[in-house]
Amino acid sequence: MMPASRSEAAHARPALIDGWIIAAALAVAAVYVRAIWFTPPEATQGLAQKIYYLHLPAALNAYIAFVVVAVTSIVYLWLRDERADRVAESSAEVGLLFTTVVLITGPIWGKPIWGIWWTWDARLTLTLFLWFIYAGYLVLRGAVPEPAMRARYSAVLGILGALLIPFIHMSVYLFRTLHPMPIVLKPERPSLPPEMLHTLMFSFAAFALVYLALVRARYRLSTERALLAELEGSTEGEH
Amino acid sequence: MPEIVLVSAVTPVVEAPQLPGLLRASWLVARKDLAIEFRTRTAFFSALVFSLLGLTIFYFAWDATAVAAIDLAPGVLWVIFTFSGLLGLQRSFGVEQADRAMDALLAAPVDREAIYLGKAAMNVLFVAGVQAIAIPAVALFYNVPLGGVWLPLAGIAVLAALGIVAVGTLFSAMAVNTRLAELLLPMLSLPFFVPIVMAAAQTTSRLLAGRPAAEAWPWLRILLGFDLVFVVACAIAFPYTLDE
Repeated sequence: MMPASRSEAAHARPALIDGWIIAAALAVAAVYVRAIWFTPPEATQGLAQKIYYLHLPAALNAYIAFVVVAVTSIVYLWLRDERADRVAESSAEVGLLFTTVVLITGPIWGKPIWGIWWTWDARLTLTLFLWFIYAGYLVLRGAVPEPAMRARYSAVLGILGALLIPFIHMSVYLFRTLHPMPIVLKPERPSLPPEMLHTLMFSFAAFALVYLALVRARYRLSTERALLAELEGSTEGEH
Repeated sequence: MPEIVLVSAVTPVVEAPQLPGLLRASWLVARKDLAIEFRTRTAFFSALVFSLLGLTIFYFAWDATAVAAIDLAPGVLWVIFTFSGLLGLQRSFGVEQADRAMDALLAAPVDREAIYLGKAAMNVLFVAGVQAIAIPAVALFYNVPLGGVWLPLAGIAVLAALGIVAVGTLFSAMAVNTRLAELLLPMLSLPFFVPIVMAAAQTTSRLLAGRPAAEAWPWLRILLGFDLVFVVACAIAFPYTLDE
């Protein structure tokens, strides 16, 4: 019985680098070829503005990741489906990665343009707190050994975290902000030249693909971990 | 003998689905914790001493010739308030760990929301009690005239206490069951306390500076909204944190 299920598990284990990861990597590479050689440099910022095609899509996809955490958390508490919990876990981890990218590229961009690495500007602060909330989420997950309790606790935190974001947003905006005002998602036409806009849209799509590929890989890992825990539990029972 | 208090306090409630029953059951849970605190007095006293120590440390951590005390007082007040609140919150469910008292509480014929509301009510009393001594202490040590503003200041303190306790009580219930109990509660709670501390400190500094009330209103609105959203959301979420 045991060897059969073990070899089955080994057999079902797919390669770490799958088609999704390769496609995502190629898309990102294509974005930077286009961004560096085929998109005109910005008039005042020059080459420094190229980091835009990393910073902005990472930020947008980080927000999407956290929306996914909140939605799958609600689904978990409603349907008690383990898969929803695994998607939430995977999405939180990838979202935290993207938020880290935003927090690293932001200061690198800010130093030449604003003259300082960090400022307590509204959007910087908000991103930092997103990072804190979801770092706490992952620490909580690591601190609860029992799977069902871990899923319930993290779902509760995932939902409350999403409710908190508007409040942090409102309070940090009551302080003065230094950030450029939105130039893409605004009611009138985007005020970006078409070449830049297309590169930007392309980079959003490439990062969405990175997000999907990483969440898929991470989801598979947590399924395998659950399987491993199950197998270890059953061998313990046999001895 | 907390268990005896619990049993004798909770037995009269048989059915509690309607609101008066829920409030009554919540009060009984709060009264149980209040009785424990009155008999031991450990948490309140330590939170109080912690607050006074905090005041002292802050005073010596800044250059009194560079920053006016009145500019520093609101920040000191709310930072200390937040951290001493965590001490009480930690204990809120920590006290149910001994002798598996939590199981007895869950077996009692009361709604789970009543356990949450009772615990939260007790925590509000705890935090407000610390505040009632800490605010005058800040006024005394930092030489801040509270004369005309003590009433609105007390109002802000209550609003802030509600928000902190709503979230903190829920996280306290979760944190005690984890591997990292003492570490996890501040880590989960502090991001949630940020809008409260910001709003409360900003409102306080405008009050102390004698600015018109309209200037503080946007901050006050955040505080009110936070209380409303999180009291309701956490009361709904609490039963999900218990074993089924």
